[in-house]
Amino acid sequence: MAAFKLNGLVVEAEKGDTILDVARFYGFPIPTLCHMEGLSPYGACRLCVVEIGEGPQARLVTSCTYPIQEGLVVRTASERVVKARKMILELLLASCPQSKTIQDLAAAHEVRRQRFKQEYEDCILCGLCTRMCEEQMMAKAIGFRARGERRTIGTPFDLRSEECRLCGGCIYVCPACQLRCTYTQPEKAICGGCANLSPPCVEKEQFHDMMCYMDPCVACEITKEK
Amino acid sequence: MAKVVVASKALKPFDPAQAAKVIESQTRDHGGLISILEEIQLHYGYLPEGALRLVAEKTGRDLVDVYGVATFYRFFSLKPRGEHQISCCLGTACHVRGGALLAEEFQRQLGVKPGENTPDGKFSLETVACLGACALGPIVVGDGHYYSNVNSSRVKAIIQETLEGLKRKDPAADESLFPLTLHCPHCNHGLLDPDTPVDRQPSVRLLLAHQGRQGFLHLSRLYGSHGHSTQVEVPAGEVTDLYCPHCQALLNAPDDCPACGAARVALLLAGGGVFQVCSRRGCLEQTLDLDGRSF
Ligand code: SF4
Ligand code: SF4
Ligand code: FES
Ligand code: FES
Repeated sequence: MAAFKLNGLVVEAEKGDTILDVARFYGFPIPTLCHMEGLSPYGACRLCVVEIGEGPQARLVTSCTYPIQEGLVVRTASERVVKARKMILELLLASCPQSKTIQDLAAAHEVRRQRFKQEYEDCILCGLCTRMCEEQMMAKAIGFRARGERRTIGTPFDLRSEECRLCGGCIYVCPACQLRCTYTQPEKAICGGCANLSPPCVEKEQFHDMMCYMDPCVACEITKEK
Repeated sequence: MAKVVVASKALKPFDPAQAAKVIESQTRDHGGLISILEEIQLHYGYLPEGALRLVAEKTGRDLVDVYGVATFYRFFSLKPRGEHQISCCLGTACHVRGGALLAEEFQRQLGVKPGENTPDGKFSLETVACLGACALGPIVVGDGHYYSNVNSSRVKAIIQETLEGLKRKDPAADESLFPLTLHCPHCNHGLLDPDTPVDRQPSVRLLLAHQGRQGFLHLSRLYGSHGHSTQVEVPAGEVTDLYCPHCQALLNAPDDCPACGAARVALLLAGGGVFQVCSRRGCLEQTLDLDGRSF
């Protein structure tokens, strides 16, 4: 057990717990995007930042990956944290505004403007899908490829993977696409959590606008025309 | 003939627990994978799909991870490359000195974009971000040979020179070429450098000095091949001074080159023998002396 200060409150927690775990246990909300229970922490989205330390030593860390220590001083909603969080959401909005998850988060944190160049990424590289595939589906069919600007998610050689069992887990957890696609048979959608009233790929001509990187799509099995 | 004494290395006693730790950490950090991939690329010039699948299978890694590493590094190519490679530096220093214009000129003359091969398979063109020779920029590398302060008027000559490769033989097709393992005659250090392959083999690394400039010279270890790469550009016909990169001793042989009269460099052959090569750029004189028999 280690005792530390959480928003002024002295709390005790198991060594090895992350700040996020403990804060949530004590009822302090911290927004997250790339964190998911049952998947290993990854620290990609930075949305879960909190401030640790005091005075000039104070700094921002990602609470989903930061293990607690004896004597740690944590603030989950200081002015600096809130500002950083809003900025991260604004940047996320700039890169992937069509994501319902990001829209909801932005709304909940009162992000009212987006001052950056607007892009429409189909992936924010949060790594949820690859962790889902590896850790829960035991498939390891998809992974990160290349780096920097050219970094993408997909199967090796862009070929249909033998490891993939079309479970749909990757699409289910993806904050960017969230299984919009059900093509012509909405009732056969894998998760049913479709955010759109009409699936964007009903018209095959619009198929290339879809964001699903699974090619062919697990739901409809049409191959994208490049 | 000089006998080669193998330097005795202080071997650490074998400790199974320690070894297990090393292996474990290697496996955990995905260690070893990069050297395996390097080896494959050295052999084929690129990473064939089948080879990556085999690496995954043999090392017990997942294909996604092997593929992830192979695509992460610019050094690895998943497509076959052209016979000759030209890289234009677009690093900051080279960029401000007109590197981008040069790259455009190469694109125009070769008719390909960076990352592509010419249809005849002769050339592949690449752009790189800084080769560590910024002061000499803009830098262009043709098959491992560095050209410094390049301007557009030299593009044609560079392409031509890379194509001819200073009368280089094709190591893959020529059976008469065989690899040598060379040591410095003064300090007996091995001179092979696996990090800078020439002719797809570890190269023989020497220190080159020419008119006050210094840099590494990498020679092909294939006897009979004249492949090399260097950081210092030396005009053809100039004589250079070559030193051991380990003990800095001048490597000149007692007798001069029988063909051109310049000083020759003598290196020891593992297993006994001496290999001599001329220090004049462009002179192709080489001799191999095994126990008194010359070749
Ligand atoms: S659908 Fe395939 S790629 Fe996606 S999580 Fe399932 S096994 Fe992995
Ligand atoms: S595809 Fe979706 S889940 Fe996977 S990394 Fe991109 S945004 Fe995250
Ligand atoms: S939730 Fe912690 S970095 Fe994404
Ligand atoms: S920028 Fe070209 S060598 Fe550094």
